[in-house]
Amino acid sequence: MALELVRDKPIDQSPLAIRGLTVSYGEKPAVFSVDVSFRAGQMTAIVGPNGAGKSTLLKAALGILHPLSGQVTAFGAPLDRVRARIAYVPQRASVDWEFPARVIDVVMMGLYRDLGLLGHIRARHRARAMESLARVGMEGFASRQIGQLSGGQQQRVFLARALVQGADLYLLDEPFAGVDAATERAIIGVLKGLRDDGRTVVAVHHDLATVPAYFDRAFLLNITAIAEGPVAEVMTEANLRAAYGGRLGPAQQAV
Amino acid sequence: MLWQALGLGLGYNATLVTLGAAMLGIAAGATGVFLYLARRALVSDAIGHATLPGVVAGFLVMVAFGGEGRFLPGLMLGAALSAGLGLACVSWLTARTRLHEDAAIGAVLSVFFGAGVVLLTVVQVLETGRQAGLETFLLGATAGMLRAEALSIAAGGAAVLALVVLLRRPMVLVAFDPEHAAGQGINLRAVDLAMMGLALAITVVGLKVVGVVLIVALLIIPPVAARLWSERVGTVVLLAGGIGGLSGYFGAALSATAPDLPTGPLIVLASFALFTFSLLFAPARGVVAAGLRHWRFQRRVHLRQGLLALASGQPVYEPLTLRLMRGRGLVRPDGVATDKGRAWAARARLDERRWHMLRSLPEFEAAAARHDGLSPLSEVLTPDQIAALDHHLGPEGAL
Repeated sequence: MALELVRDKPIDQSPLAIRGLTVSYGEKPAVFSVDVSFRAGQMTAIVGPNGAGKSTLLKAALGILHPLSGQVTAFGAPLDRVRARIAYVPQRASVDWEFPARVIDVVMMGLYRDLGLLGHIRARHRARAMESLARVGMEGFASRQIGQLSGGQQQRVFLARALVQGADLYLLDEPFAGVDAATERAIIGVLKGLRDDGRTVVAVHHDLATVPAYFDRAFLLNITAIAEGPVAEVMTEANLRAAYGGRLGPAQQAV
Repeated sequence: MLWQALGLGLGYNATLVTLGAAMLGIAAGATGVFLYLARRALVSDAIGHATLPGVVAGFLVMVAFGGEGRFLPGLMLGAALSAGLGLACVSWLTARTRLHEDAAIGAVLSVFFGAGVVLLTVVQVLETGRQAGLETFLLGATAGMLRAEALSIAAGGAAVLALVVLLRRPMVLVAFDPEHAAGQGINLRAVDLAMMGLALAITVVGLKVVGVVLIVALLIIPPVAARLWSERVGTVVLLAGGIGGLSGYFGAALSATAPDLPTGPLIVLASFALFTFSLLFAPARGVVAAGLRHWRFQRRVHLRQGLLALASGQPVYEPLTLRLMRGRGLVRPDGVATDKGRAWAARARLDERRWHMLRSLPEFEAAAARHDGLSPLSEVLTPDQIAALDHHLGPEGAL
């Protein structure tokens, strides 16, 4: 019933608004009744302990997983109408890196939506792909087979594939997992550039220590929503304890 | 006679059959690439075997209604229906039970094929006169094929090929990264269904030529052979089509010279010959190339060790190392370094120091995993990564 009441509210214009979202694997909810609206033109970190449902929330918001209940709107419209404005960067591990493709081919995959089934790949498409590669510092690797890349380079290619879409909302799943420090700096530089351009960035993030330096806002999640707002207001000791309980290590408590 | 057959000189019918088989091979090879890349190739084996009961049932139904039991479109319809049912069983078992797909494939394949063989035996007892030739659907036979049949096989192959071209982009997206594809709004189930539908169509079109048992080979062997030649999906599709087409062409031509031999196995053997050739001689992934690479690698190791010895002023003893360095003018015949040798040695030393630093820094763990001690770092790291590394090396790093 509560869900229906929420639906009567005026339409949320947020780039990504989630209402009453519950996702369950079997009969154990991974995400339970989450309401959150991500602020336009800001960088938001989704933070929470392992198994808090951070990735699940993103996947369900995009319709990759089917939620048990809840609604998702993007830019005030149903998701399927605004897909072109949303770019998603999944975890690197989700992919077979032995796939016969070069770096530039993977970046071009970000354009397949625009190209349609039979559209010709033209010089301007290639130029866009090369430009995206340059933004992540990988233009010299365009014709490399993807299996030859290091973890950080693979992550950069994934980011370039999202950039080439020219989207307004970027959703990233653990973009800094298993990457070298130089790549982490390169990625955060690109993301901040997008934010300064007025785009919205939402990233699942696991390192509490870097949240204040990297992000404007934080969304604390542990199956249910704990808090959302500017980093300083959300990452309080009380909130962190509510999200992490006893699992908060000494290093992370120092934040 | 073989040369005549290969040159399409055995008459109009044999020529049509050979070209039809080639078209089927092209379509099967191209389709197979997507099954192979999505790791669904074995599903086509279940599809193939599951057509058999449909073929025999189609025959029985047509005979029961007083028609010609061997009418090919009728048999193909029966095959498509029972293969579709088999496919549905595999999907249902995989989605709704704890069985993994391989177990589901095994179960469906054997049960449907068993049922088909029983039905076939029953037909052979009942219809001693008219059943002649139904068992040729097991392994395929092109002898005595009608002109219309050959044409419809070619047309069916062309239709499947056109659909593959149309659907290539969504199929590539889903095969490479299903999560990203779903995030782009692609319906994964629909793409999977389309892919399986194409495999089913190939199986049904190839019934008469390749037979139900071996069709899987035409969907798997050409893609695997083509993968050895290229690192690009589009090229792999083109090559797999070419290899499949050649296999169909050679197999059918051979079969025309020896009508007693079943066509399916001949086509499979032809594709296997092309696979063997690819395995040996493909430029990057072939066995010969790998041997050559090892030989070159050994020489690079020797050269590098020699240069590092030179850089630290140690003598070089190994005959191969000395020979390589003399050959490149890096040392004089008496073993003393030339100017060129000293320059090369200094560069090798800088690279070595960078590698050394790289391995000691935790943030370069991923790159260090690729350490071979030989590749110039500029091939492994981006310029900003190298700059970060040199920062750690200190002022002498830039020497």
